[in-house]
Amino acid sequence: MADNTQQIQEQVLQARDSGHKLNIVGGGTKSFMGRTADETADTLNLADHSGIVEYHPVELVMTVRAGTPLTEIEAALAEHDQCLHFEPPRFGDAATIGGTLACNLSGPARPWSGSVRDQVLGVRLINGKGEHLRFGGQVMKNVAGYDVSRLQAGALGTLGVMTEISLKVMPRPASSLTLVQAMSPDEVIDYMNRRAAEPKPITGACWVDGKVYLRLSGARSAVEATADKWSGEVMEGGETFWQQVRDLQHSFFADDDQPLWRFSVGSTAAIDAGRGDWFIDWAGSQRWLKGEGDLAEMEALATAAGGQVSLFRGGDRHGEVMHSQPQALKTIQRRVKQSFDPDGLFNPGRLYSWL
Amino acid sequence: MTTESIPSKHRLADEFRSFIDPEFVITDDETLKPYECDGLAMYREMPMLVVLPETVDQVQRVMRICHEQGVPVVARGAGTGLCAGAMPHREGVVLSLAKFNRILDIDPVARTARLQPGVRNLAISEEAAAHGLYYGPDPSSQIACTIGGNVAENSGGVHCLKYGLTVHNILSVEMVTAEGDRVTVGSDGLDSCGMDLLALMTGSEGLLGVVTEVKVKLLPTPEVAQVIMAGFDSVEKAGDAVGGVISHGIIPGGLEMMDGHAIIAADDFCGAGYPRDAKALLLCEVDGTREEVDEHIAEAEALFRKLGATSIRTSGSDEERALLWKGRKSAFPAVGRISPDYYCMDGTIPRRYLAHVLLEMEKMTEEFGLRVANVFHAGDGNLHPLILFDANVPGEFERTEAFGSRILELCVEVGGCITGEHGVGVEKIRQMAVQFSDDELQQFHDVKAAFDPTGILNPGKGVPTLRFCQEYRSIEHKQHKHEQTDAAHG
Repeated sequence: MADNTQQIQEQVLQARDSGHKLNIVGGGTKSFMGRTADETADTLNLADHSGIVEYHPVELVMTVRAGTPLTEIEAALAEHDQCLHFEPPRFGDAATIGGTLACNLSGPARPWSGSVRDQVLGVRLINGKGEHLRFGGQVMKNVAGYDVSRLQAGALGTLGVMTEISLKVMPRPASSLTLVQAMSPDEVIDYMNRRAAEPKPITGACWVDGKVYLRLSGARSAVEATADKWSGEVMEGGETFWQQVRDLQHSFFADDDQPLWRFSVGSTAAIDAGRGDWFIDWAGSQRWLKGEGDLAEMEALATAAGGQVSLFRGGDRHGEVMHSQPQALKTIQRRVKQSFDPDGLFNPGRLYSWL
Repeated sequence: MTTESIPSKHRLADEFRSFIDPEFVITDDETLKPYECDGLAMYREMPMLVVLPETVDQVQRVMRICHEQGVPVVARGAGTGLCAGAMPHREGVVLSLAKFNRILDIDPVARTARLQPGVRNLAISEEAAAHGLYYGPDPSSQIACTIGGNVAENSGGVHCLKYGLTVHNILSVEMVTAEGDRVTVGSDGLDSCGMDLLALMTGSEGLLGVVTEVKVKLLPTPEVAQVIMAGFDSVEKAGDAVGGVISHGIIPGGLEMMDGHAIIAADDFCGAGYPRDAKALLLCEVDGTREEVDEHIAEAEALFRKLGATSIRTSGSDEERALLWKGRKSAFPAVGRISPDYYCMDGTIPRRYLAHVLLEMEKMTEEFGLRVANVFHAGDGNLHPLILFDANVPGEFERTEAFGSRILELCVEVGGCITGEHGVGVEKIRQMAVQFSDDELQQFHDVKAAFDPTGILNPGKGVPTLRFCQEYRSIEHKQHKHEQTDAAHG
């Protein structure tokens, strides 16, 4: 619980002067993501730069230091019956909000409640020149200047050191239940999409091991009335199930020796059942595949499904792990990187080898 | 850029005419005239010429030529913007996307629509309605404004608190870069690898690229929507009621507030049956399933009563709901009837400062000798003060602008921002120096250069030059000091 902005700024300036690179580390729970960190780089530790700076439940806004653990944020919100609507995954209790935003990680409610990127209202960040900058703010609507706050989502810390993040928070749903039923891969994509197209309080839709799980959340009367209309058995322990899905603790993910691929694709794309074992989440938009394979082959699959793929965990992390970029976008992203971090200090090569 | 280096208008027009229907390369003053401004007509400039390409290939060729020759390009949709973001450049080309007006595809199962940038916002929902779907963001100009312009401004509307802004409702954008490359940012997936250039593009006011196609998400049309109209005898109480509903756990589909001036103007205009003696009026719309709406309407009514509402009326039919909204939706023209001109501001503030800001604004009306009516998106703290003035009275517009400036500065002082949804454009470029430091503004310039190295896209808009800011800040500083001295002597 301290404001370490000044020390962080000094470390950035020192690194710049001495020509050292910096690996930005929060709770260290997502070190398996992205490409392998540069071994010659120094560690810039953000875990101690933590604490809730401002929280006004009536405003639905919370401002926190980037190193604040998700557990602390969620506990403070729960006191006021509020929550982070994007259900941030936790790959360990030390997981921080800064890392969550840098990796753009969101849980099962994402298609309905938005992502961490969607809920970000503002950030403060230290760029590669050591300047402490403020973008966005603490209000729901803000179109002054470019949306540098949301640009941080998924950039894996390559643009600067986030020091403070303001987020939109939401009321916790009053009630929730899960419906489960057996379904074949041929039917399930259409089924999930059609359910999602109904004006009902759906907040989760996934498929694994031949069963489809739908979650309903909101006003109790609405949740119960919808459950009566829709097919499927009410599941015992639904909450635990979704938490396991969120944190990749479901048995599907247990075998962590195998490479794990994440597909972010069009929700209606057919499942290529012959390719291997799939876990379908986000009503079809997020799909996990276990097994060896090369990135180019996976990219072809993802592109055919209207989306992209990344090697989320395991496999060769010295090579590229993210869907390749067309030349024009590569050029723009290189220049954007250069504009924030002219000396290439932050998380070199973590996102792409060329960044 | 010097005047000598600008290639002659006619040489450029001839070049465009070699691949664009000559009729759609406009060079004569009479036909150029309608392009001189957008929805903020106080700011005008005649363009050098206007082109209306019909294919993306033509857009690419226009961009390549302008990039090579250093000619400014201002992209334009329906021209309904309210910040002079589409005001032409005197030595530049207006690139109208008006011919790109087709809905390319609606996929009712995936709940998406693929659109050309010139498709009108409302047309999307009209087309999707057959499938029980609609497009979320609904700016007041939705009859006319286009999806390309919505992306450029990150448009909102009355439903943002629950359903988000443009940035939350689009999947991908195909664009032509300043250098003439055709690229897609985003995908059919909900997120993409690499930097989130889609977020950067949204709200970038035509400074980073020219949008040539947009894929949006569609939402299921709620089963039911009902609106509660609640009158209050003070803005403080109405402000508290807004917070009360939200912290109770209800996120209304729309939550709008009007002050006493706006209530009377709107009621006179369309006979909505508003409580004319109220000092503030809330319109709180709850949507969802039948059961959910019943539950939340009952809770919200009870809350408003407890928090001191002097009158409450809940719509019992869709007709009654439409009537209650009619006053709010026609508030701008209604105010237009009680004043020769009005100037609409767009600051956003943390909601807890609502009463404070309204009170300060009331004080300023005396200082500037101008009336102000307030209509705003209370749920997300987005104010739309309407300053009433008469453009025919010499000096009155200048006073209006000064008043507007002070309002925006007040928004920044309480932790808000100078524009919630209308954009910076030319209009608010001075106030950027109040909201941002030089380092921050320089970072914006550097981001712009990453997309547009030679600075041909909408130059002079959105982000002020640092020299301009220093001058503005020092003038402001002097003025404030002057006022303080006056006050001390008064």
